[in-house]
Amino acid sequence: MNYYLALIVLLPVLSFITLLIFGKRMGEKSSYVSIAAVLAGFALSIKALLYVMDGGHAKIAFTWLSIGNFDVTFGLLLDELTAVMLVVVTLVSALVQIFSIGYMHGDKRIGWFFASLSMFTASMLLLVLSPNFIQMYIAWEGVGLFSYLLIGFWFEKKSASDAAKKAFLVTRVGDLGFVIGLILLYVTAGTLDMDKVFAMQFAPVVAGTISILIFFGAIGKSAQFPLHVWLPDAMEGPTPVSALIHAATMVAAGVFLVARAYPLFEQSPAAMQFVAVIGTITAFMAATIALTITDIKRVLAYSTVSQLGYMMMGLGVGAYAAGMFHLFTHAFFKALLFLSAGSVIHAVHSQEIFDMGGLGRKMKITAITFTIGGLALAGFPFLSGFWSKDEILLGAYQSGHMAIFWIGLLTALLTAFYIFRVVFIVFLGKPRGHHSEHVQESPAVMSVPLIIFGALALSAGLIGSPLTGNAFQSFLTGGHGAEHHPDYMVMGLSGAVALLGIFAAWLRYGTRLLPANIISKDNLIYKLLVNKYYVDEFYYKYLVKPTHAIAQFAYTFDQRVIDGIVNGVAWITVRFGIGLKRIQTGYVQGYALYMLVGLIILIIWSCRVLGLQ
Amino acid sequence: MIPLSYYLTLSAILFGIGLIGVLLRKNAIAILFSVEIMLNSANLNLVAFSKYITPSQASGQMFALFVMAIAAAEVAVGLAIILMIYRNMQSIDLDKLNIFKW
Repeated sequence: MNYYLALIVLLPVLSFITLLIFGKRMGEKSSYVSIAAVLAGFALSIKALLYVMDGGHAKIAFTWLSIGNFDVTFGLLLDELTAVMLVVVTLVSALVQIFSIGYMHGDKRIGWFFASLSMFTASMLLLVLSPNFIQMYIAWEGVGLFSYLLIGFWFEKKSASDAAKKAFLVTRVGDLGFVIGLILLYVTAGTLDMDKVFAMQFAPVVAGTISILIFFGAIGKSAQFPLHVWLPDAMEGPTPVSALIHAATMVAAGVFLVARAYPLFEQSPAAMQFVAVIGTITAFMAATIALTITDIKRVLAYSTVSQLGYMMMGLGVGAYAAGMFHLFTHAFFKALLFLSAGSVIHAVHSQEIFDMGGLGRKMKITAITFTIGGLALAGFPFLSGFWSKDEILLGAYQSGHMAIFWIGLLTALLTAFYIFRVVFIVFLGKPRGHHSEHVQESPAVMSVPLIIFGALALSAGLIGSPLTGNAFQSFLTGGHGAEHHPDYMVMGLSGAVALLGIFAAWLRYGTRLLPANIISKDNLIYKLLVNKYYVDEFYYKYLVKPTHAIAQFAYTFDQRVIDGIVNGVAWITVRFGIGLKRIQTGYVQGYALYMLVGLIILIIWSCRVLGLQ
Repeated sequence: MIPLSYYLTLSAILFGIGLIGVLLRKNAIAILFSVEIMLNSANLNLVAFSKYITPSQASGQMFALFVMAIAAAEVAVGLAIILMIYRNMQSIDLDKLNIFKW
């Protein structure tokens, strides 16, 4: 019946295998295979979405292996949440891969690049289609692996391979919590099948513990405080990778996980509170850090962290559909921002915003699409980000989390400010740096995806806006979500702060009205922000260094004690050898004597044993 | 009739002489002779046991004949080897033949 679902996952896998074998020979043509696979996946995802919109659900499952009473099933699950994610993942992946044709042009490992993107897409699709936690965990690790491989795609650069390792290890910390959560879930529920688990009623403490442990996985993957440190470093990867993996899809997997396990989270108010608080802290902290960053991709990375925090905040305050809605709109406008930034980097050959400037006149399409992305991110009224952010703030407001609401609003202000700081510095003013003098617009293969994303960033929010009766939200909640009346106070506030933030950025960076040194660089807060709250330094001092010390101890122990034992054995053997070689005289008669002695001993011994006299 | 033990004692003495010869003589040909003495002491044992234990069958004597034939062949090979050693080393003194020393 719904075996085309399996095809959605299998097509990119097939493309991966093909490119693994022929990628080197195909070179730049690799992209066609990979893009064809994902476009077919997109078409099938649309089919799946239409099927779900008609009220259909699908579940395919078969027993993969059974150990005693423990059955591991494999399968595919299609419901509203999955259908939305399928469309987002395949669409973003397809556009990003088309963009990559231009961006990665001439790279010597381009076949491997598209192979990795294919397999990443397959893992991500498997993740969203998982009907049980084990399969989800496998896919979860799969996306992590390909994230690692793609961050370190230019592994010749030490910073890139370091960043890849950091990303892998930091997310690993979260995954450990996830695994413990799953084990605990299995012990208490006796199954890891989502349908069965979600139908059960747990004690609040049990549900809370399991939820929070599972949430640790989301903290790692979605770069939530305190495990957010890997995402900005992950910008060492190629920009399309940042757009696909570290903005639109994989980092949203954590949000998806919480959304998927929502029935479990809902059973524990404490766990929900925890999610909301972590999300709020992350959103605010990352937004403040983004104010001082001068690397265009890192600004976007912190912005991603911040927006992921928003989504978590939405889920945590109970605005389930709003959180997912923000994931949906964010995927488009953040991918747009990253790809536009990629287009800029491609032209300027630098990521420093102060090497750019005045690009608006030379790169019109990029400038417009980046600005649209920026407006959507800032929550400029009636763009996609506005609707989803507003929904989250509304959720916080209505659930009575006033502190979270106000911090969220403040974060929205900061968001508008930092993104337009970049817009004004990069696209207005005079060219800085020798490259920005003679830049050109990127080729069509890059600008067309930008335009499509631009259109999505403008309009994708409408399907969840009050204008369409919150169609997205009621679809996601299966029609149960009450169609709430728009709260014009919240909407007005969030629109106002967006405009205020943009205006402030214009005042500071778009004009010369304010002196450049309006904020002292010796300011304590400025120092705190430039150093990203010293989180990395904290980890270095209290985690990395002690680990190194332990490793050093283990190394010494291995060198001295373990190797000492091994060498000691060898030394004793050598000594014995030196002693015993002296009986190898070379005199044949000597050997005859040994034989005689041996024979006599043998005779005496056999007489004793056999009892002969 | 001479008791079996006499034969066995003589055989043991011959074997001992042969053994001491093998172990102590330096001349390769003398060692080959000593080996022959040891073989003959064994032959003597075979014949003696045959006579005392299965007098009706001459199996021990048959064995002795085979041993002699093999011993003759062995001496032929042994002498050939000694000849080759002499050609290479200009000596058949076994003390000089310690090239397999460590």
